[in-house]
Amino acid sequence: MSRRAVIAGIGQTEFSKDSGRSEQQLAAECVTSACIDAGLDPHAIDGMITFALDHSDEVDVMRSTGAQELKYTVRLPQGGAASVTSVVHAKNAVESGMCDAVVIWRAMNERSQYRFGQPHQSLSPDAHSSTFIEWCFPFGAQTPAAWEVLSCGTYLDTIGVTTQDLGRIAVILRRAAATNPLAQFYDRPITLEDHQASRWIVQPWLRLLDCCQESDGGVALLVTTEERARDLRQKPVRILGAEYAFCFNHEIISDFYEGDLTRLHNSEAVTKRLTAAAGIAPRETDVAMIYDNFTPQVLRQLEGFGYCGYGEAKDYVADGHLDLDGRTPLSPNGGLLGEAYIHGMNNFTEGVRQLRGTAANQIADAQTVFMASGVAGAILGI
Amino acid sequence: MGNVENLGARPDPVVRVDSAFFWEACERGEFVAQRCEGCERLWHPPRPMCPICHSTEKSAAALSGKGVVMSYVMPVHPPAYGFAEPPIAALIELEEGLRFVGTLVDVEPASIRVGMPVQVSFAATSGGKAVPVFRPTEDIT
Ligand SMILES: [Zn+2]
Repeated sequence: MSRRAVIAGIGQTEFSKDSGRSEQQLAAECVTSACIDAGLDPHAIDGMITFALDHSDEVDVMRSTGAQELKYTVRLPQGGAASVTSVVHAKNAVESGMCDAVVIWRAMNERSQYRFGQPHQSLSPDAHSSTFIEWCFPFGAQTPAAWEVLSCGTYLDTIGVTTQDLGRIAVILRRAAATNPLAQFYDRPITLEDHQASRWIVQPWLRLLDCCQESDGGVALLVTTEERARDLRQKPVRILGAEYAFCFNHEIISDFYEGDLTRLHNSEAVTKRLTAAAGIAPRETDVAMIYDNFTPQVLRQLEGFGYCGYGEAKDYVADGHLDLDGRTPLSPNGGLLGEAYIHGMNNFTEGVRQLRGTAANQIADAQTVFMASGVAGAILGI
Repeated sequence: MGNVENLGARPDPVVRVDSAFFWEACERGEFVAQRCEGCERLWHPPRPMCPICHSTEKSAAALSGKGVVMSYVMPVHPPAYGFAEPPIAALIELEEGLRFVGTLVDVEPASIRVGMPVQVSFAATSGGKAVPVFRPTEDIT
């Protein structure tokens, strides 16, 4: 009988502007929480996956969690895209028989310890594909917000998107966060007027309320087999499909050296394979957890992942399809803009909660969830 | 391609082995791209090997310095490091088909439009290096 990977546990710390403890401690806490949530002894962890950007070493996470013997570790490239690619790897590690209990984590003090959104200039001699430093920094594009606008500006201009169109996405996410007690912006909804009055971060596209906020916190998932999960505490969440596509001459944020900049070539490639693997298209799922570091990312991914046609995303939003009571509700936790920016991983814990039926803003009878991070997509189901 | 202008403090470029030729050319007032000696294709960003013919032999090819704006950004908060005034960074599609991020100068933000033709020149950095900057061309027909 073939092994099928499921998410059996989720763990997270509180989200804040100052965690008051080390990133290693956040990592140990969220990993242990995911195991406890599942009802699995952390000593049984046999695989570890995290982001290349994560600062906590596997050795140190083992020393705190007590994990006894790892058979598989991998650290993933391409920034926040790793949130969804991590599940591609965890699924493969479990379904191949290599591992029985893989944890994925991301733990960061990106607000209190360093400032993720401030000008960056570190660059290693081998560059690590960081054209966003080498070929942007000297010219004044020095932050994720600036790189984002250089990437999306052609699309926004060609389609005729307005800042109000972007604001509507922020309003949806902050409205959801307002009723999610775990969110950093709990009880703080915004209006479109608030969005339009918020200060410029980078002209001509991103105001303060178009941008996620740097957050401290840790988030973890525990992936195991469906068979083993039967003996654990939680209703398992199946990984119906998980795919990614890194295409030639593309990159994550300064992604403007290749092809038609009004389309997301990587997302389109993922959609085809994911739909075939999962037997359901992203737009047919019940909840859309779409990576929202900045509002334009949501528009471009709606088109790239096939929710609507070319140039139609702004109308798809305005027509209410992403509202909590819409056809494909967007990130009912408030997303990265409203809940916290733990590099996309907190959207995963929300996807799992939606399928367990335990979310703060529960979508009635959610059977499937689409998880997206630009170059990667996964469909979860029960 | 003209002399290096002093347009105030700017951050120095980040120089690596595979891109040093570009910044050295800037100091001479030349705007260049990597050319593969195997198949003569141009590449930017620079890379150690041609992805088509896999030659590692390369040279620096002079470019016209003409292009059009594809997108642009003016960082307001936090302020860009190393600039006295908020810079305008633009993604430019060069005449030769390559894309290049550079700073726009001598232009009002409100007058920038996608598709606007621009021409390269050079500006001095705080450390005495030179970086390309672009200004709108006058001869728009
Ligand atoms: Zn070649």
